[in-house]
Amino acid sequence: MMIKEWFKSGSPWVWLNAAAVSTSIILVVGLLFLIAVRGLGHFWPADVVEYHYMDNGKESIMIGELVDTSVMSAKMAKESGYKLQDNADTLVQHLIKTGNRDILGMDFRWIQQQNIKSERLPKELITIERREWGNFYGRLTAVKENGRVIATGEKVWTAVQSRIDRAHKIYDEIEHIQKKQIGAINYRLERLRLKQRSLELKGKWNEELAKEQTQEKSELAKEYQGYQAQAAILYKEINRDSILAKDSTGIEKEIPLKSIVHLIRANNMGVFTKIITYFAKFGEFISEDPREANTEGGIFPAIFGTVMMVMLMAVIVTPFGVIAAVYMREYAKQGFTTRLIRIAVNNLAGVPSIVYGVFGLGFFVYILGGNIDAIFFPEAAPAPVFGTPGLLWASLTLALLTLPVVIVSTEEGLSRVPKSIREGSLALGATKIETLWRTVLPMASPAMMTGLILAVARAAGEVAPLMLVGVVKLAPTLPLDGNFPFLHLDRKFMHLGFHIYDVGFQSPNVEAARPLVYATSLLLVMVIIGLNLFAIGIRNNLREKFRALEGM
Amino acid sequence: MTEQKTHAFDMASIANTGQSNNEVTDTCIKVDNLNLFYGEKQALFNVNMEMPRKKVTAFIGPSGCGKSTLLRSINRMNDLVDSARIEGKILLDGEDIYDKAVNVADLRRRVGMVFQKPNPFPKSIYENVAYGLRIQGVNDRRTLDETVEKSLRGAALWDEVKDRLQDNALGMSGGQQQRLVIARAIAIEPEVMLLDEPASALDPISTLKIEELIHELKEQYTIVIVTHNMQQAARVSDYTAFLYMGELIEFGSTNELFTNPIKKQTEDYITGRYG
Repeated sequence: MMIKEWFKSGSPWVWLNAAAVSTSIILVVGLLFLIAVRGLGHFWPADVVEYHYMDNGKESIMIGELVDTSVMSAKMAKESGYKLQDNADTLVQHLIKTGNRDILGMDFRWIQQQNIKSERLPKELITIERREWGNFYGRLTAVKENGRVIATGEKVWTAVQSRIDRAHKIYDEIEHIQKKQIGAINYRLERLRLKQRSLELKGKWNEELAKEQTQEKSELAKEYQGYQAQAAILYKEINRDSILAKDSTGIEKEIPLKSIVHLIRANNMGVFTKIITYFAKFGEFISEDPREANTEGGIFPAIFGTVMMVMLMAVIVTPFGVIAAVYMREYAKQGFTTRLIRIAVNNLAGVPSIVYGVFGLGFFVYILGGNIDAIFFPEAAPAPVFGTPGLLWASLTLALLTLPVVIVSTEEGLSRVPKSIREGSLALGATKIETLWRTVLPMASPAMMTGLILAVARAAGEVAPLMLVGVVKLAPTLPLDGNFPFLHLDRKFMHLGFHIYDVGFQSPNVEAARPLVYATSLLLVMVIIGLNLFAIGIRNNLREKFRALEGM
Repeated sequence: MTEQKTHAFDMASIANTGQSNNEVTDTCIKVDNLNLFYGEKQALFNVNMEMPRKKVTAFIGPSGCGKSTLLRSINRMNDLVDSARIEGKILLDGEDIYDKAVNVADLRRRVGMVFQKPNPFPKSIYENVAYGLRIQGVNDRRTLDETVEKSLRGAALWDEVKDRLQDNALGMSGGQQQRLVIARAIAIEPEVMLLDEPASALDPISTLKIEELIHELKEQYTIVIVTHNMQQAARVSDYTAFLYMGELIEFGSTNELFTNPIKKQTEDYITGRYG
């Protein structure tokens, strides 16, 4: 009886609903929390520990960061062939990031707790983040200039600081010359070549033009030599300094300053310095290019590519979807055919995304792109321009993928504009198209934005189709740069989603890359949230403006 | 059918007598043998009447009798209904508005309309009134300012809103919104104003204001009003048409029709015996 009353009161329903909502929230928050903790921890300057341990009966030293600890029951450990002390009931192992791949051949080592004799945190231990070969852990012994030792002992640390700053500055200059200036010259040379080829194909190539071009080319070559000379001087400058450092086994290694990204003494840092280093490293992560097969360095090109592709997609899909919806709702005669089309559009939303990828590759890239190349870029052959996966095709494919969402929500919005408003406009002598433009479409614009929000959310998270139509592991240039025509729709690009897949599952050094996978995931989520908030902001603005719908 | 026709002719002669009693005999809108169908269903049967210029003509009758349909055929709003089909003619100043050469947008500029529920656009008060002019391509600030003020004064709304012209029109009260819609209609200076139960969604005070407004507007416009409210018809109109089941039962000067109806159906309706 009581139970029956309880059911009648409706509270079981309330509880059920509340439970469903809570579960969803906990799942989402938990997911974000996990990614955030795992990913953001990566940038914290970790303590460098010196372990003294027994290795096959003789005492050895290992220097590195503690990454992970695993606990195994004694029984299982024995079955797996580990030797245990008699009274132990568990086997504790630590995963240590030892770095020094060039010396040791690997970055990570397992060490058993039972073999450790002592662990210390000596203040003089250094962590060097290098441009190649991963981290180096050890002790700084000397600073060299032009091959001569100029500082040893206590003075080494202070001596190296200003030299690193200098090396960084020169490194940036060299990068600038190589990427921007020499890159631009190469680009212009390529354009000259294409121009010549195109004129040759048209049969308009003549002596005069050839002369002109030879002159232009020689000017470019001169410019190029100038930059080369500049770079050579800088190279000499940057090669001046190096340091000597000892690793855990006592091997001394010379490291040129040009290959050092960061040199820190983590054990000697206060919390405040650590925080500054943390944010500096995080800043580099989101603003720099990747290094070492994407396992180190930043992910800027991937962020840029993702945002660029999504925006381009939005620019393509919005007008297309809105126009289609307006025709279906406002002009087409409602009947069997329109019903059929609506069903087809709704079903398009359910087609697996990889199928869109295959379609994009087959239709956009090969047929459309191939024909564009044949008609507009015959001079580039046999190298394809648009007949190969690229930014434009990726955006178009995703636009196609998200088109149903935009159409459906726009139609919804149009159907919510009251008849009385349309009649009011028509009664004032407006034609149908004037009524649409001046009243109906503005009032339906919040719904269009809703469609766009859903489209953006879906598109930013898609990876599978992109792998077929334009995303690559490493793109040497951004799709937007200073060379005319600035926006290069034909270029391949990097994408956060694919970056996660590549770093996490395709990289040679999975263990080292794991934190980056989490950090990249976090950034992908943040990029999507950012894009969505942007669109939601616009929508709320529009809603405020046309809030008539709520009252009617 | 033949009976119906003679009956309709009767109506016309009565209407003419009604007018001859009056001084003004200038006809603005002439409905000539109008039949209107929604698909298979006929909504208006052989309607004939002549609405005089610069007078108020009221359509009364029970719900579903076709009075709104008749009103909406005068500015071709029924064109929006796919299944609507029309036979016969409606002449505005002697020209058939259903002629193929007629531009519907132009016609609606000459025949303004105000609906039962106030339907201001979700724009500012100013932009609501300027809408019709902007449609015609008028963007000159001074012209717009002048017209907006004149129209709002014409709709007896100026004093209430002159300090908040840029506010959203949806923030106004129902009565103000309805007068705004009237101002919007008179901004494009039509010849005829069609009012479809303009006060039915309003409180008594707002209703009174609208009625006063109608009284003033007839100085300049030919007004046709549909109303459910018999007293209102008696108060505001010069001529009244009584429709029943899609037929025009009686048409004459309001005085005559209310004090001395010819048909028994009319009498029954006016005295509240059915409807």
